[in-house]
Amino acid sequence: MTYAIDGWFAISPQDGVHLIGTRCTGCGTVCFPPRRGSCPNPRCPGTDMEALPLPRRGRVWSYTNACYPPPEPYVAARPYEPVTLAAVELDEVGIVVLGQVKGLTVDQLEVGMELELTAGPLADGPLVWMWGRAS
Amino acid sequence: MSAVAVLGTGLHPWGKWGRPFLEYGVAAAREALRDAGLEWTDVQYVVGADTIRNGYPGFVSGASYARELGWNGARVASCYAACASGAQALDIARARILAGLCDVALVIGADASAKGFFRPVGGDRPDDPDWLRFRLLGATNPAYFALYARRRMALYGSTPADFAAVKVKNALAGSLNPMARYRKPVTAEEVLASPMVADPLRLMDICATSDGGAAVVLASESYARRRGTGFVRLAAVSTVTPVFPNTVLELPDFATDSTAAVPAPERPFRAAIAHAAYEEAGTGPEDLSLAEVYDLSTALELDWMEDIGLCPPGEADKLLRDGRTALGGSLPVNPSGGLASFGEAIPAQALAQLVELTNQLRGRAGSRQVPGARVALAANQGLFGHGSAIVATT
Ligand SMILES: [Zn+2]
Repeated sequence: MTYAIDGWFAISPQDGVHLIGTRCTGCGTVCFPPRRGSCPNPRCPGTDMEALPLPRRGRVWSYTNACYPPPEPYVAARPYEPVTLAAVELDEVGIVVLGQVKGLTVDQLEVGMELELTAGPLADGPLVWMWGRAS
Repeated sequence: MSAVAVLGTGLHPWGKWGRPFLEYGVAAAREALRDAGLEWTDVQYVVGADTIRNGYPGFVSGASYARELGWNGARVASCYAACASGAQALDIARARILAGLCDVALVIGADASAKGFFRPVGGDRPDDPDWLRFRLLGATNPAYFALYARRRMALYGSTPADFAAVKVKNALAGSLNPMARYRKPVTAEEVLASPMVADPLRLMDICATSDGGAAVVLASESYARRRGTGFVRLAAVSTVTPVFPNTVLELPDFATDSTAAVPAPERPFRAAIAHAAYEEAGTGPEDLSLAEVYDLSTALELDWMEDIGLCPPGEADKLLRDGRTALGGSLPVNPSGGLASFGEAIPAQALAQLVELTNQLRGRAGSRQVPGARVALAANQGLFGHGSAIVATT
């Protein structure tokens, strides 16, 4: 399977899908997308970022959908079905991460609801991380 | 902090005219010079707010405008700061005036925009988050506005009817503004029946993209006093960046900063932008006669009201419903009609906000006049951590 982007998420048969973040070895700040170079904490001179899998679950911070096909470089499915998006606050690390939602429409979502990371294909094939119903 | 004088302002009407952006900018510049009673050859410094969708001339807009007006040997700068470009251009001109390096500056911004959603500039750029958010998620600008709107509904109980009431208010003000693109009053029913774009926001909740141009002549206070014509003071320009960790999901980001190691700052980004302007001007929300805020969506106007301190978080809907922020209310918000009536012409928009502030403070806003206006604030936010607020006073 091709990933739509390298190094941002991983799929393992044992633990499912998770996002890959980085943690500053100096101050412990966690980032997504994974970051190279300097720590985003302005009071930390750290430049050593270690990759780590991020928590797979979180609570919906907000959500929406795209009722019209988004413009390129997005490749919209034909016929087009509204894409659902959710911003999910990950457990433990205090990061809100945006993603498409798989298998749920806006009517089935609520702020505060628990979701779990999964993956799914874009219309032209490559896989991207997606939010799904918590198991 | 000392102020600089706003000596003249000009606008090219907003619309979808299909002509080159330079035409709009030059028309606005000539109008601003006429208003100031100055000649183009009196201008010592010209600053252009850039447009990134109109080729090379747009990236060097200061020089493009100077060339179009006829090379006059003035010093020049061009700058881009997304939606805050116009304010950034003002700040650059103001700094040179306050440093005593020039007396008269002309600031110009204009845009010619394509139809439909803003899309990233062309080419495959997997290192550019603005390209990637479209490629990976199909996350348009309205999608982000909708996330804020839904969050507001969940936190504060705002409703689509509240959002529609913002549009109704702004459309009414815009109907009185000859420079606005949309000049027809609308009803809440019309807003609520318009097509859903990004749930919970409908077509009429979301600002359009427009063509338009705005220009402002700034001068040192001593120069303005010598002319003896009276002037509005530009008392503050805030262009602060966010403070880590930024816990609001901003365009075009995939994620917020983490609060794992450092707690969230006292003020979120939008509130910090306004706070810095108040502090620089030595004023506060209680001093305001009116405010122009960046209503990219109807719901976002309510967020901004709280961010600029008009009321505590969650209470903007009530101020709106009580008519306090309408023309004739105790503190009109977007008396120009706002983005709801103009649509966004990115590099011109923050300048157009100052034009409205100036018209109000000079008592020449016609049927939109806020009686006795003394202090006014305008605020906006762009992409990638650019945002701005300005305070103008009589
Ligand atoms: Zn660090």
